[in-house]
Amino acid sequence: MQIPSLTISAVRKGLAEKTFSAVELAQEALAFAKAENPKTNAYLTFSDDRALAAARGVDEKLARGEDPGLLGGVPVGVKDVIVTRGVRTTCGSKMLEKFVPPYDATAIERLEAAGGVILGKTNCDEFAMGSSNENSAFGPVRNPVALDRVPGGSSGGSAAVVAQGTAVVSLGSDTGGSIRQPASFCGCVGVTPTYGRVSRYGLVAFASSLDHIGPFSRTVADSAAVLSVIAGRDPRDATSASHAVQDYAAAMQEPLRGLRIGLPKEYFTGLASEIGDRMQAGIDVLKKQGCEFVDVSLPHTEWAIAAYYIICTAEVSANLSRFDGVRFTTRSAKAESLIDMYKNSRGEGFGAEAKRRIMLGAYVLSHGYYDAYYLKAQRVRSLITQDFARAFEKVDALVTPVSPFPAFKLGEKTSDPLQMYLSDIYTITGSLAGIPCMNVPCGLTAEGLPVGMQILTRHFSEDLMFRIAHQYETSGGFTASN
Amino acid sequence: MKLTEEQVRYVAGLANLALTEGEIHQYAHDLSDILTHIDKLNELNTDGVAPMAQVLFESGDSSTLRADEPHVCLSNADAVGNAAISGQGYFKVPRVIER
Repeated sequence: MQIPSLTISAVRKGLAEKTFSAVELAQEALAFAKAENPKTNAYLTFSDDRALAAARGVDEKLARGEDPGLLGGVPVGVKDVIVTRGVRTTCGSKMLEKFVPPYDATAIERLEAAGGVILGKTNCDEFAMGSSNENSAFGPVRNPVALDRVPGGSSGGSAAVVAQGTAVVSLGSDTGGSIRQPASFCGCVGVTPTYGRVSRYGLVAFASSLDHIGPFSRTVADSAAVLSVIAGRDPRDATSASHAVQDYAAAMQEPLRGLRIGLPKEYFTGLASEIGDRMQAGIDVLKKQGCEFVDVSLPHTEWAIAAYYIICTAEVSANLSRFDGVRFTTRSAKAESLIDMYKNSRGEGFGAEAKRRIMLGAYVLSHGYYDAYYLKAQRVRSLITQDFARAFEKVDALVTPVSPFPAFKLGEKTSDPLQMYLSDIYTITGSLAGIPCMNVPCGLTAEGLPVGMQILTRHFSEDLMFRIAHQYETSGGFTASN
Repeated sequence: MKLTEEQVRYVAGLANLALTEGEIHQYAHDLSDILTHIDKLNELNTDGVAPMAQVLFESGDSSTLRADEPHVCLSNADAVGNAAISGQGYFKVPRVIER
């Protein structure tokens, strides 16, 4: 079996034709992932026992003539911010180096109920804060396409395992671009569904009003399949939506003729020229499919980063207060009084970026600043959301770049946090509005670095988003898997 | 917006974070940079714009509520299983009340 290029349908076929068993596939996938991992540092923990138990379950179902599920036997990597019972979950932080969760996230339960085989937990920026995966306490991830470059972040490990072929699909989390940007840097498909489409139960909270779980894969069809499994109402997350989960696989087959797609002018300035060229080639493919392109404006884009870094850090400062040396494994040895125990455990346990964001969040929420910062940012968030609503009155979808530049070199941007924040400009707006958005690979630069195209649609229009991406991919678009 | 090292110390206290002198110096610089960018928001007039705390979408009235039924919760052993120090089923912390 060709582990690095497997897709969900290839796994199904292999199992149905008895080319391999689920256990054989799991064993071979684990061995391959372990052999390849030193190149990228993409996996932090392998979960052999859990993977093999899941694979045995799939083989038993097949032996009884039962359907093993949509993801039956499929090797999966899971970002290490999603809790897994009995399997260490670090969030890329020294603070949780030894944390072994006592329960499974809803997305994990659903993944395994559909036959998914979790190979291990993938590296990420600490508590999902970062755009390069260089903020992990366990070392950066290297981009499998170019090992001297970052894979993007914060779900760098989940993008890398799919690009490297050490998982067929993976789960990541996205708060301001943490799925789409690494997908674009590594040349794979990455999907941020509508806010509330996937339960956040068991996703370690970073910024609760912005956090999403979503899939990575080498084909659009595979991300659609994973989303169809993990999406849907969950009573354990009050923000999860009760909307019916659409039949993405069927929707994707529809041709695109007659669709109107908007190009927001604010997203096409300041691009590296090669990114602009690849985007234009992608747009041309969609035009040939019968899409009509319309110029639109999202006039508040310019203020999105400022609003985002107030809202997200305010939520960070509240959410990360639970890590205080009491319940979660790490306590400072310098803990004479209770307050010193809190302060020292947090000072020693958190890395530089986590501390920076906690500080910024505590500051913007502090006495006298709430109205000027937090409330102001929430009002601007409304304006940004209204921009999208207005654009979607004229068009069915939007197409933009994901990042203004391709994957950069390790260490290139670490000394200037503000510049790192500003690189998220094209992904943060969709996150603030909570609309579905995804990366689909749209070619390579002259140096061979992947470029990504972002597709955005209305709330709960994942069906249309997958349809555009799939038709693009299968009819002249750039395919990640070839 | 420029943040002084004194303000950084104050905020670190609010956040229960022990910082080194080097970190205080660094964060004064970094946070000043970021807050200067954030000052951009003052260019926008947001009078009369409703603040958005959550992503809202069309949905049934009770769609976010679940039935109020008892269910199995974490066992005591699981709940304290990851504690730095525990004993007799409790989290242990440094003495809070002086005798």
